[in-house]
Parts: sequence; C-alpha cells; structure tokens
Amino acid sequence: MGKVFRFNKDVDTDQIIASQYLLFPTIDEMKVHTFESLNSDFASQVKPGDFVVADENFGCGSSREQAPSVLKALGVKAVIAKSFARIFYRNSINIGMPVIVSKELYDAVKDGDEMELDLQAGIITVGDKQFPCTKLPAKMQEILDQGGLIASLDN
Amino acid sequence: MGMTMAEKIIAAAAGKESCKAGDIETVTLDRLMSNDGTTHLTIDMYNNLKKPRIADVDKLVWIIDHNIPADSPKTAASHKKMRDFAKEHGITFYEGEGVCHQVMMEKHVRPGELIFGADSHTCAYGALGAFGTGVGCTDYLYAMVTGTSWLLVPETIRFNLHGTLKKGVYARDLILTIIGRISANGANYKAMEFAGDGLKGLSIADRISICNLCVEAGAKTALMEVDDVALDYLKAHGREPKAIFKSDDDAVFSEVFDIDLSEIEPIVAKPHFVDNIVPVSECEGTKIDEAFLGSCNNGRIEDLRVGAEVIKGKHVADKVRFLVVPASREVYKQALKEGLLDIFMNAGAMVMNPNCSVCWGACQGVIGEGETLISTGTRNFKGRAGHKDSFVYLASAATVTASAIKGYITSAEVQ
Repeated sequence: MGKVFRFNKDVDTDQIIASQYLLFPTIDEMKVHTFESLNSDFASQVKPGDFVVADENFGCGSSREQAPSVLKALGVKAVIAKSFARIFYRNSINIGMPVIVSKELYDAVKDGDEMELDLQAGIITVGDKQFPCTKLPAKMQEILDQGGLIASLDN
Repeated sequence: MGMTMAEKIIAAAAGKESCKAGDIETVTLDRLMSNDGTTHLTIDMYNNLKKPRIADVDKLVWIIDHNIPADSPKTAASHKKMRDFAKEHGITFYEGEGVCHQVMMEKHVRPGELIFGADSHTCAYGALGAFGTGVGCTDYLYAMVTGTSWLLVPETIRFNLHGTLKKGVYARDLILTIIGRISANGANYKAMEFAGDGLKGLSIADRISICNLCVEAGAKTALMEVDDVALDYLKAHGREPKAIFKSDDDAVFSEVFDIDLSEIEPIVAKPHFVDNIVPVSECEGTKIDEAFLGSCNNGRIEDLRVGAEVIKGKHVADKVRFLVVPASREVYKQALKEGLLDIFMNAGAMVMNPNCSVCWGACQGVIGEGETLISTGTRNFKGRAGHKDSFVYLASAATVTASAIKGYITSAEVQ
C-alpha cells in the first residue's frame, strides 16, 4: 500500500523540479526540491512506495530527465495519469520508473488515499474499487523489465 | 501508400525503403547535441558503465549555454565536468558561443538528418528539414554509446500555410495562434509539418521560431519543406544537405490545417500555459517589471532589428528592466556592426552575453515574488522565470519591446 499525491492537468517539468536546481551535482541534492512550487511539503512527506496520480499531460515541457529521476529517488513507486507528455514518459521508462495511463483513477481518488498497484496483473486497487492499467508497448515493457535502458549497455 | 517527411527521414535512418506511423524502428543518429542542463548527469552515468565507449565521437556536439557564465560554485563544477570530458574525448564543444539550437543551426544541422538533442526545443531543426527531437540523458547516453536508438514513427499533422503575414505580425504570433488552436498536448507524440505557398515568405529566423515552439503543443518533431530559402542559408553557412525529403502527395496525415497567414493577429500567451493565448489588446495595460528579448525562439538578428526599430530614440520605462540577449556570438557581432546594440543601450536596455538567460529562469534576470515578465522566451510555466509566484507573458519581439518602453503590455502599433 502507498499514499496518493494528487496533481492537476498539465503539470510541467519545471513544477516537478525547477531549473535552478538542475545543475546541482547529484539527483540526491535536487530531490528535496521536488514539486516545490506546487506542494512544498511533498519531498518531506512522500515515502517509498507512494504514488503520484495526475490528470492529463503530466510532465509536459522540458526534456530534463531530472524530473522522473527525483521522483524515483524519493521512492515514488509509479506515476499514474490520464495521459503523459512524451519525453517525460520515455525518460521514466528509460530510468525504470513505471508510468501508467489510467483514464479513471484521477477522478476516483483524493489526496492522501491509500492505494495498491499490482504491476504484473496490471491492476490498481483503492479501497473496494479496482482499475485496470493500460498496457505498455512491448518495447517499453522490455526496457522497464530490465530495470531501465542503461542495463542493456552493461550486458 | 505515400510517406510523410517524418516517415522518410526515419526510414532512411533505419536503412529501410519505407516505414509508417506506429512502427517502432531502430535508427542510426546523424548528430547528438547536449547542453549544460543535463550533461553532468550523462557523464556520471557514462562513468558508471562497465564498458564505457563512444560509437562515433564526430557526431557529438556539446554546448554550454544555459548557465553561462556560471552563477554558482555548483554550476561551475558541473561545467568543469562537461568541459574536461569534452576536451578529453575530442567532442565538438562550445562555451559562450550561443544558445545551443542557434549554434546548431548556424554550424551543424543539415536537411534530412535525424538528430537527438538533450533539450526539448531540438524540434527547431525542422526549419532546415531535419528531424530533431528532445531526449533525456539516458536516451542520449544510449545513443552516444551505441550510435543508435529506437523511435516510434510519429503521425503527422500538416499545416498548409497560405499568403503572407501582415505588417507588425510575426512568426511568433503565428505559432502561438497554432498552439492555442490545437492546445498544449494537441500534437503529443506527433510531427508537425509545415508546407504551402506561405512558407516562401518566411525567413529562416521565422521558421526556427515556428519549429522551435512546436514542443509546446507536445510535438515530437517539427518539419518544414526545404526550399531555396533553406538552401541559401545552408550555402551561406558552408554546408550541403544530407538529403531532401518532402511528403508524398498521397501521404497520410492525422489532420490537415489550412492557415491564411493574413488572418493572424499579434498574440500574447498569458500565464501559466503557452496555449493560453489572447490578442495583445486583451492584455493592454498589464503592468510589467521586466521585458526579455532573446532565446532560441526570438534572439536572432531579425528579432533584434525589429526590437531596435521599435525602441530607437525612445527609452525603457521607469522601474522596468529590459534584457536584450543575442542568441549567438554571430548574432551579437552582427548586431554590433549594425549599431543595434547602441540603440538598445542608449534606450536603457541591458545587453547580455549569448545564453538562455531568463528563459531558463536560473541564470540571470530572474524575477521576484509577484513580478511580471513579458518575454520572447519559450515558456511561461509557473515559476519558469524565477519566483513560484510570478507571472510570464509570451509575445513577439515587437510586442515585448513596445511593452518595455511603456511599462505595461501593449502592441507596437499602439505606440
């Protein structure tokens, strides 16, 4: 079980991690500033295994891979949104963080709800309700299964 | 069945006769651009590889442009890491030469190329008929190590441009209008292709401005047909095309828009989304604290000429800062030669070195709590230019400069 952190539509990568932190030497130094402009308590409150749930077009804007990287570093288990901007989506898979399209979940949960994700079965459970996850394209599932794109370079 | 420009470029990069939207292809990249926004992290990942290697160092171009000159010891350390790595491995490297996309257009991009850039505005390269797309550092590293990557072949939205823009209306107004029409994710995963008789009246500066902003509609890439204007630009910069592709007459487009350029009006994108557009007149009188003329979208010599014409003999309003930032050293030198920098400085503007400046919101000219910026930059997201509770309006070089003079948002015609 993990807690839901809920965000509106068109959350851009500047909101996830602002430009002024991107040239910090490491992701660990950046991650305390995650979602600073939207929810300044996020970084201190989020626990490993929690979830980000969002409306349409999550992660729009810049190609900064720091955006999914800080979420992963804080232990976010998956981002579930109605839709994703393409670069964020691809970057997330590349670093081995699940990004899941669900048209229903956002409208069915509120901030702080507990939810469960069974990635293998593709099922999200909130209370007594269940929601199916949209399947990833085979190529992306393969990258995710191996723990990200870089793993294939070390084989 | 015919193919689109995007399909033809990807097919060529995949060594195939054809491909179609929805296919996933393994492609060989022609060029790999990376800047100081993420390269320090790419280097860390590279150094952690069991067998670090670079497939073809000649394809790599690294550019320090976002935080140049460095604003803090942490930035300086990240720059040093990038500079030292580039020098050690013989990577083509620029520092202080200009905003990465402008430098790429001036020195590297060729029609028909497939280019990854670790920056979302890489789609600008479509102005020269190249398929440029933004990637994160993991994709970049994979391509740097293997020379290849995989791509989902995008569907294409086609924009047929007709006629000419009215006087006082600019390419920036056109692309903001288009983004407003299709919305901030209206082209997600897709290519935006521009063709039609209206193209010939648009300069390379105009074309870069249009293609550059297509990512603000979510586009994977932007493409324009290569014509004499593009070939003349290439020739003037000492390059030849790799290949010239155009969409077949029977190519399949997901949507087709016909746009009469004479109907476009001066536009402002209001906070906090690029698709939040209104005519300039609707924002008339909105007080500003700062104005910015520059960026990979509107920092070219043509934009500086427009700004200089508007401000010549006038002065920046009291309490307003006006930042003028040529997009490259080439642009800076030309502006100097033409006396434009004198005009800006006599008017009370601050002329900065070529860099991403306030468009990047972390280097110079950041705005404070409650402040308002009008900008030719690429984005107006919340906090993009500084404090999280500040406001960014996007507009053309003419509107930005006219507003700097008045101290509130106004169009150049109202002067």
